[in-house]
Amino acid sequence: MEKRWIALYVENQVGVLAKISGLFSGKAYNLTSLTVGTTEDETVSRMTISVDSDDVTFEQIKKQLNRMVEVIKVIDLTDTPIFMKEILYIKIKKMTAADKQEAFHIAQVFDAEVIDIGKDSLIMSSMLTEHRNNELIALCRSEFHNIEVVRGGSVAIESISTSCR
Amino acid sequence: MKIAGKKLFVKALKAEGVDTIFAYPGGVITDLLDELGKDGSIRIVLPRHEQALVHAAEGYARATGKPAVCLVTSGPGATNTITGLADAFLDSVPLVLFSGQVATGLVGNDAFQEVDMVGLCRNITKYATMVTNRDDLGRLIKEAFYIASTGKPGPVVLDLPKNIQTAEGDPDYPETVNIRGYKPPEGVHIGQLKKAWKVLKNAKRPLILAGGGVNISGAQEELTTFAEKTGVPVVTTVMGRGAIPTVHPLFIGDAGLHGSYACNQAIAACDVLFSIGTRFNDRITGDLNEFAPNAQIVHIDIDSASISRNVVVDVPIVADAKVALEKLNEWATHLDLMDWARMIEKWNSKYPMSMPKDVGLTPQAIVEGINDIFNDDEIIYTTDVGQHQMWATQFLSLDEKKQLITSGGFGTMGFGFPAAIGAKLAHPEKGVICVSGDGSFQMNMQEMATSVVEHAPVIVCLMNNYNLGMVRQMQDVYYGKRYVATCLKSHEEDIEKGAPVYVPDFMKWAESYGIHHIQVTKREEVIPALEQARKWKDKSTLIEFLIREDELVLPMVRAGKATTDMIL
Ligand SMILES: Cc1ncc(C[n+]2csc(CCOP(=O)(O)OP(=O)(O)O)c2C)c(N)n1
Repeated sequence: MEKRWIALYVENQVGVLAKISGLFSGKAYNLTSLTVGTTEDETVSRMTISVDSDDVTFEQIKKQLNRMVEVIKVIDLTDTPIFMKEILYIKIKKMTAADKQEAFHIAQVFDAEVIDIGKDSLIMSSMLTEHRNNELIALCRSEFHNIEVVRGGSVAIESISTSCR
Repeated sequence: MKIAGKKLFVKALKAEGVDTIFAYPGGVITDLLDELGKDGSIRIVLPRHEQALVHAAEGYARATGKPAVCLVTSGPGATNTITGLADAFLDSVPLVLFSGQVATGLVGNDAFQEVDMVGLCRNITKYATMVTNRDDLGRLIKEAFYIASTGKPGPVVLDLPKNIQTAEGDPDYPETVNIRGYKPPEGVHIGQLKKAWKVLKNAKRPLILAGGGVNISGAQEELTTFAEKTGVPVVTTVMGRGAIPTVHPLFIGDAGLHGSYACNQAIAACDVLFSIGTRFNDRITGDLNEFAPNAQIVHIDIDSASISRNVVVDVPIVADAKVALEKLNEWATHLDLMDWARMIEKWNSKYPMSMPKDVGLTPQAIVEGINDIFNDDEIIYTTDVGQHQMWATQFLSLDEKKQLITSGGFGTMGFGFPAAIGAKLAHPEKGVICVSGDGSFQMNMQEMATSVVEHAPVIVCLMNNYNLGMVRQMQDVYYGKRYVATCLKSHEEDIEKGAPVYVPDFMKWAESYGIHHIQVTKREEVIPALEQARKWKDKSTLIEFLIREDELVLPMVRAGKATTDMIL
């Protein structure tokens, strides 16, 4: 099992999202993240999907997606240089003054931002890779008692000149 | 000038060359039916149940190779078609099904007879969509026919809200389609095909495995030529049966769960498995680790998703069977396979395809009787699902004049009889014989009315064993003969009190429809009954064969085991 990424161009129509996600549940594929938004062409949406699967299943997933009438193009991002980011909000509650100081410190180190603040709480926002966000959440969970996490799922685009991910 | 949706609907069907529509009425499709009636050029067939309606359309489509058209109402009319659609999906049958829908303004309101048909169909159709804009209607109908009939064929559902049917709009029906996400494969990759031929040419023990794809693409002749030119023996799947005449010296038999001993041995021993138009479904492969363990596998299929899905393939080729075979026949030369042929012959004579004790009124005697009596006729066979289906596929002779239509992928009881009626409507000049079982037949026997009213006479050969035989057989073999919920007879205590052993009395039932009927209880009555049925052409005939309840379908691969591990 390995984590893999696919970008998918689909018709921007009612029911397409249900059809795509239905394929994953109907065939018991392990979908871990799915985001969708329209592209420069408003009739086309682009999805960024991640799955946990072995090689054979992953090949099958790509073929099954390809044969759907509503799917225009399937791009395997697993080994392509891409930029990939996920939006993440963490609301931290019941904080002491020391906690707050720590939160600012963490935000600085992680390249996250503190975007809102109250008497004993604050909101951090980050735009990092899923992996970095996981680490940020883990750290906040260990440092603070009461956190609320909202994450958006990853979006990715193929890079022009860099080979990093 | 604008025209109403219903007018464009009829115009579109005519442009697609539709001559028959299978329709069942209801509140939200009365406009469409009225328009069809006014036009009068398309035959409207009215079955007695929407599930049977779809099976009849499947029979029609498989007999003609063209998409069959269905029209049903919303809600229960639509949900009744679900089993049929799934059946058509798994056997790649081209259908275009129009379901009525409540008006667009009511969608989502739990309106009377509203159901999310498109949602229900998502996983059992090739494509399904609702027409929400009148001006999309023409394009979507065009696309529906195109998608249903090209590439790997399949059912397409168009959900038509009531107001779309009456709304005025674009009068034109397009002549061309362009769907950016749907480009069925055309042609064949010559380099890959050459590679496949090279692999086959160098084989010592090659075997052709032909699936339903060969029959769907109409490549029976090309396959037979290829086998003859090369001398490579052929095995088929249940869906592929008839791809090469079953009497052909190069045909070994069917592979898989109830296939012949020789076929399964040959698959295990071959060094090249040249497979065409099959998805290597579990009924064919048995334990995957031991399937064709010594073989390089070539796989030609129109559906790339079928390739290297269940078995890993050495030479994958995405192509239509006919296109690929035509090309292969240009290169084919005779291969020297004497030793291999002898090996297969030895397996075949060790365990020929034959019932272990063929005495009395056996299924084998019945099917072989059918072969004898209808030998020279053009016949379309259909079957239901169960033991009788396996006996039919094991023993029916098929050649250029014969076609077998069976529910292979979904295994839908109740398929055979309506499918027979559909096939007869498509080919009134041919004989149509449905081999059924008492369980399956009772699932759609209301269709006898359709057969009578629509003048679609078929011969039903009903193998009545008073049981759900196929499941009973599993109980026999795996569950210590505990026959739970498989006996269709009356309860013992009621029989003691004088109740009939079995209901219905099929002879009286047949009488009530005014059809011909014969009950056969002895072996020597088989031939005369079939001869008689062959002569009756005006109305359907029901021949009820009273067979033993303890007959088994053999050979049989043990559950989850290698296909060479057979109960013989
Ligand atoms: C709609 C449906 N329900 C249940 C089954 C499971 N099933 C497969 S074969 C069979 C028994 C069929 O009995 P019958 O039609 O009498 O044929 P026989 O096996 O006795 O020849 C059953 C219940 C099925 N295939 N389809």
